Amino acid sequence: MRRGIAATALIAALALAATACGGDDKDAGGDTKAGGELSGTVTWWDTSGDAEKATFKKIAEAFTAKHPKVTVKYVNVPYGDAQNKVKNAFSSGSDAPDVIRADVGWVADFASLGYLDEVPAETAKKVDAEFLKQAAASGKYEGKTYAVPQVIDTLGLFYNKKMLADAGVQPPKTLEELKTAAAAIKAKTGKTGLYLRGDDSYWALPYLYGEGGDMVDAKTKTVTIDNAAGVKAFKAARDLVTSGAATTNATDGFTNMQAAFKSGEVAMMVNGPWAVADTYAGEQFKDKANLGVAAVPAGSAGQGAPQGGHDLAVYAGSKNRTAAHAFVEYLTSQEVQVQTTKELSLLPTRTAAYEQPDVKGNEMVTFFKPAVDKAVERAWIPENGSLFEPLKVEWTKAVTGASSPEDAAKSAGTSFRKILKGWK
Amino acid sequence: MAAADTSQPVAKAAGENLTRGRSRGRLRRALGTHWYAWTMVAPVVLVLGVIIGWPLVRGIYLSLTDANERNVGRTIGANHIEATYEFIGLDNYTAVLGDPVFQQRLVWTVIWTVACVSITFTLGLVLANMLNRSFKGRGFYRMALILPWAVPGFVSVFAWRFLFNRDNGILNKILEGGGIAGVPWLDDPTWAKFAVITVNVWLGVPFMMVALLGGLQSIPGELYEAAEMDGASAWQRFRHITLPGLRAVSMTVILLSTIWTFNMFPVIFLLTRGGPGDATEILVTQAFREAFVESPRDFAGSATWGVLILLLLMMFALVYRRSLRKQGEMW
Repeated sequence: MRRGIAATALIAALALAATACGGDDKDAGGDTKAGGELSGTVTWWDTSGDAEKATFKKIAEAFTAKHPKVTVKYVNVPYGDAQNKVKNAFSSGSDAPDVIRADVGWVADFASLGYLDEVPAETAKKVDAEFLKQAAASGKYEGKTYAVPQVIDTLGLFYNKKMLADAGVQPPKTLEELKTAAAAIKAKTGKTGLYLRGDDSYWALPYLYGEGGDMVDAKTKTVTIDNAAGVKAFKAARDLVTSGAATTNATDGFTNMQAAFKSGEVAMMVNGPWAVADTYAGEQFKDKANLGVAAVPAGSAGQGAPQGGHDLAVYAGSKNRTAAHAFVEYLTSQEVQVQTTKELSLLPTRTAAYEQPDVKGNEMVTFFKPAVDKAVERAWIPENGSLFEPLKVEWTKAVTGASSPEDAAKSAGTSFRKILKGWK
Repeated sequence: MAAADTSQPVAKAAGENLTRGRSRGRLRRALGTHWYAWTMVAPVVLVLGVIIGWPLVRGIYLSLTDANERNVGRTIGANHIEATYEFIGLDNYTAVLGDPVFQQRLVWTVIWTVACVSITFTLGLVLANMLNRSFKGRGFYRMALILPWAVPGFVSVFAWRFLFNRDNGILNKILEGGGIAGVPWLDDPTWAKFAVITVNVWLGVPFMMVALLGGLQSIPGELYEAAEMDGASAWQRFRHITLPGLRAVSMTVILLSTIWTFNMFPVIFLLTRGGPGDATEILVTQAFREAFVESPRDFAGSATWGVLILLLLMMFALVYRRSLRKQGEMW
């Protein structure tokens, strides 16, 4: 393994040197001499959650065992602030990290602004050949590969098996079934059926897809959030809250949701694999078998959850690009991916990793893998990340009843068109 | 934005210097007699010019262009990107002023400022009066009331955020313990407005109290004694001695407090992020949103908001100064 990585690094260095010779004005990667041993400092900004960060820190620091001359500086940046922080650091260049863990929605944006270093050609080929197709797509911008997928995920319906059994209901498959189940749960246990996140627009996507809508249609350059399906999605979510099937919050949604689900205040929540490690820590899930996961409930047009995940990218201004790319390669290696699945139930992006017993046997993977295969791929446009902010404002207003679903959808559309200049 | 706020007194001071030294002879004489003062001041003026004047000029210039993160020139590693933004005149201003969002934010910003300043001032005045008497444990109360001021702003705002949490916050736990339904503090637009004002008042009262307490202590005790001899009631003494005696101090703290509250970014941003939805968004937080939340970052748009905020505050300061002068108060 060790030799393998060194060889990869060598190839990466040669590839960089080759591009430098090819009349391109790119300078060869930093302080690492081609053919020599990797050295220098690699700073990694990781955005993983509180329950995950210890594992990633351990993994990151293990890189030094393979490359003693490389110092890895692990920095955990809370996901919520990360996009802004990364941008500040990248645009000013001071104290910028060498490697970032970027949400799949950020890659096209950062790449289009010139912040990311292209992945070495050899690695890019591997990404195309050995990684899940949908995951690989998220790291590309205008045909070039800028990031290597680290984990892939989607949203699912987490449920408390015992609470559902006590109420005598099955995990709901549609929003209608969800309402019936919630009513039964309320009647039998006095608790609320679902926690609906009102403070994050990513959580609006299953409702949007469920009604046959989407945020935008990149092919025809059309904003679709405010069409009939979009309005129906806002209505469906609001209806869950007004009918008492769901409870929601306009602030601190993730914390409140996890707290409510872990303590048994609510029986169900929509969440992704990244929340599994934290959920297992809850009192209701001391017996891990009590946590069930199902597909997100379907709307009137069908069932759909967004494809998400995280990619690893190297800063174009990094002084240690060769070492940084080698570090990315290490973090996305099969060995590391199997480890994160085993310890955190995160889904690998390498096709072959799914053959490994630790991955195959993981209960969350057995659920989430088919879900990921069916997940709706998002439009990988630079504005992808920016659209979530105005959508969040309107989503909050709609689910809390501060404005009508029609008005909310309409003003989300107006904001989208302001960002996507020239779109219909 | 910060540069824009602090530059104001400087601009004003500069203006005064100009009027004073209108004739060249006077200027030369002033330079001749006070050359050492000018020399001493020069480094400060220079530094202020660089750290405040330049960003201000640059901000005003940017607001007249279409600069954003994508078209400004930059070099990142091997990527050199040329600047391609253009001068577009007042287009940004017409766009912002024509946007109903600006008017909505302006209305709420004014309500927020007036509410915060008047409540803070009233509470500060009451507390200062109470603490101006001599009673046991006065020192302790004074310390306790200054506490909010001593705690870093973001710490107290986060503490309040925990208190306000609808599901797990202490405030709602207490209410529910008393059999009252919990209040959606930060989830309902009206309650959220109430919440941000409460926190800002809590943060602002110590300053008011300390400033007014200082003012109170500078009012000569004989005035009260004389008034008492004349048989003035407590209210009459307060109206005719305390309030006029505090005028100079209160005018200054009200002006300062108005400017601070108008631009009070951290309370709103950290407590509600402008939410729920955009219900508590004031002009400065909206300017931040315009500039840093969407991609590519709209530098020109944000500069436009900044300049407009600066203009509003300057207008306010001018009107305020004029009204003070009318009352015969030199400030």
